[in-house]
Amino acid sequence: MASAGDVFRQGLPEVCAAGKLHVLAVDDSHVDRKVIERLLKISSCKVTVVESGSRALQYLGLDGEKSSIGLDSVKVNLIMTDYSMPGMTGYELLKKIKESSVFREVPVVVMSSENILTRIDSCLEEGAEEFLLKPVKLSDVKRVTDFIMRGEGMKGVKISKKRSRSDDCIPSLSTAFSSVSHPCDISSPPSPCVLQPKKSRLSI
Amino acid sequence: MDRNQSRRQVAAMKQSLFDQGLLDEQFIQLEELQDDANPNFVEEIVTLHYRDSSRLISSIEQALKERNPLDFNKLDTLMHQFKGSSSSIGAKKVKTECNLFREYCRAGNAEGCMRSFQQLKREYAALRKKLEAYFQLARQAGPQETACRSK
Repeated sequence: MASAGDVFRQGLPEVCAAGKLHVLAVDDSHVDRKVIERLLKISSCKVTVVESGSRALQYLGLDGEKSSIGLDSVKVNLIMTDYSMPGMTGYELLKKIKESSVFREVPVVVMSSENILTRIDSCLEEGAEEFLLKPVKLSDVKRVTDFIMRGEGMKGVKISKKRSRSDDCIPSLSTAFSSVSHPCDISSPPSPCVLQPKKSRLSI
Repeated sequence: MDRNQSRRQVAAMKQSLFDQGLLDEQFIQLEELQDDANPNFVEEIVTLHYRDSSRLISSIEQALKERNPLDFNKLDTLMHQFKGSSSSIGAKKVKTECNLFREYCRAGNAEGCMRSFQQLKREYAALRKKLEAYFQLARQAGPQETACRSK
């Protein structure tokens, strides 16, 4: 188990010229695309919105098209994707991103209207930073973008979440997260007590 | 009608939509995204929703006609999309009807699906009409103090 310091410091993100995070948002719903775009703009991000996983891969240059050597890949600091999309699901997109040597370090946040624990688990296991329940709120987006801007990532919180997976009365994860406002709040090593007050669950 | 009176009317109309259980918190969340540069964001989103969702309603209607047997998976998928869009504008009662429909789909209950779809369409049409009236009144009243975000 890495120490808290190792886990939390990932380095500050390489932001674009205006000092803004560049976020790629993926959603098949036109309404949700418009909303997430607005949420991200209010959170001072540069936003690119696409309507499908395959479009996202195309944008990232991961669609298998031979790119010429020396071609700069697009710079993205965060990917937010809907889970349920026709064609490629958000989960499948997540996997492809994590398989890519260029983009695997980019945090991916999955959004879904359905609070299905197995779905949340598989996304987190596949490397998603967070799973947000829809409709996504401004506070959710601000929290996510703040974390990334500070270069802290959310890997520390992810460890806590994995330990608490066996707890089946987990509330909405986005609300559980709100109890973790800053990784430094988590004592070393990351304690499940952050999300579950009952010590008896430490048996994992 | 003076400006303050108009604004009070708008506020009262909105409150009524909440009191009737037609709208939920998400509608407020959307209003908070409005500012001077985007004063009609909610109306734009709602308009977009009705454009997309009317297509979904037609698809569901079509799928319900293709009986023997009903394709419950397809219906559930369509309804999931419809529900998502409704949820995004805070259409509380419509969302409840969507959930009911999906339960009937999962139970393979064709009659239930058809009945709940009729009810859903009624709720959908009723809310649409009320929101149209609301936005019309809001536009007449002028820029609202609901644009509460500071830059």
